Amino acid sequence: MTAWFQSTFLGVELGWFVATLILILMIALPLMLAVAMIIYADRKIWAAMALRRGPNVVGPFGLLQSFADGLKVFLQETIIPSGANKILFLIAPIITFTVAQMAWAVIPFGSQQVLADINVGLLYILAISSLGVYGVVISGWASNSKYPFFSALRAAAQMISYEVSIGFVLISVVLMADSFNLSTIVLAQKGHVLGIINGFGFNPMLLPMAVVFLISAMAETARTPFDLTEAESELVAGYQTEYSSMSFALFWLGEYANVILMCALNAVLFWGGWLPPIDWAPLYVVPGMIWFFLKIGFFFFVFSWVKATVPRYRYDQLMRLGWKIFLPLSLFWVFLVSGFLMLTRYGA
Amino acid sequence: MSVAQFIKNWTLWEFIVAHALTLKYFFKAKATINYPFEKNPLSPRFRGEHALRRYPNGEERCIACKLCEAICPAQAITIEAEPRDDGSRRTTRYDIDMTKCIYCGFCQEACPVDAIVEGPNFEFATETREELLYDKAKLLANGDKWERAIAANIAADAPYR
Repeated sequence: MTAWFQSTFLGVELGWFVATLILILMIALPLMLAVAMIIYADRKIWAAMALRRGPNVVGPFGLLQSFADGLKVFLQETIIPSGANKILFLIAPIITFTVAQMAWAVIPFGSQQVLADINVGLLYILAISSLGVYGVVISGWASNSKYPFFSALRAAAQMISYEVSIGFVLISVVLMADSFNLSTIVLAQKGHVLGIINGFGFNPMLLPMAVVFLISAMAETARTPFDLTEAESELVAGYQTEYSSMSFALFWLGEYANVILMCALNAVLFWGGWLPPIDWAPLYVVPGMIWFFLKIGFFFFVFSWVKATVPRYRYDQLMRLGWKIFLPLSLFWVFLVSGFLMLTRYGA
Repeated sequence: MSVAQFIKNWTLWEFIVAHALTLKYFFKAKATINYPFEKNPLSPRFRGEHALRRYPNGEERCIACKLCEAICPAQAITIEAEPRDDGSRRTTRYDIDMTKCIYCGFCQEACPVDAIVEGPNFEFATETREELLYDKAKLLANGDKWERAIAANIAADAPYR
């Protein structure tokens, strides 16, 4: 597509710019639609596990509920507390929202279907997801209110703690795949187990890391068992307390875009991305994107499932899990995986 | 820590059992009804929105004895009465402040002529507070609207009184 635009009157540079812009929109707009539907799915799944019905009035089966909520939020007044730092207060949700979308640039949707096929894609994702905490911290500070401030402190500590173990988990994946490029990582999983099963997660040696990554992803996105940043009973609504209208909606959208991103990363890093689960020719008839979306959907179901099942962790338990269990475990696994590769792939 | 406990902890056994339980509930029938479209059955003794009833010939039942006003624990009822042109004693004002009412049903119990009753209607939410200050006209209109349901409920409950 880029080549076609460059061959028109736009020329090489402008053609590249227009083509990239269109590709970005092709990712960002469906992503927002997916966020709307995933919020609906979240509420439905959560409701079903509590024997409730969930949204079922707006549109068929309540499918348009998120759009009704969006419209309502859009029509509300944006309230800025008089004590707040006005500029930072408004920038914070924009940071959260933008950063949640930026990481999608390197996610491969299929073979060759990736916006930026950079060779350090995984590092880029680590960097971007670390930036995400700034939105929360800035909003907590700029609100000039005590509950958002507590929430921001918690968010900073929580996200940094779990990023450490996520980093080590990613290193073991990188060692296994021999690359930082996400497309290469996916291709390295082809026939990884017994030559027929696609995905590092099916390898008994890497399965514990897949579990650690799944749990850390929940902590990283502040989903329910680790949602201390917005613990209603303690902090009202956490860092979102002072927000209303679109500034609130941007947080909401960014949060769920992050959740989908983490589901996508789970699929890409451990469960074979766009590859079908089994390396069998007829399964490749289904387009890779469909497999990828199915996997994202499955992991989102797991996220909602956990949300409906597990009560919130206490703060010290959260820290204990991050620093005293996940960190040593993932560190040991880096050692284990590199030792294993030393013996098998590179010869003792 | 015993070996069994150790294995249980590190295989996340408790979590797996818990998730199996919630997954079982995920496929179960819903406990909630689809409210605005389907409703639970109500007892004949259900105490909902108030209504002032009439006799079949159209004469209002209330004789302004003010027993309901006297017994009302929330003091939500206000009655003023005067003799009518034909000499019978009738209310000129019968107000119920529905924001004060606690739906205890004492007014219904006190009424010697079954005039004030609490009907089966519970969907009378309003947009303004003032709309909940019911006057005599509103209560009589309620009586006309809900008479059949109210009469059926009183008949159904009569054997137990």
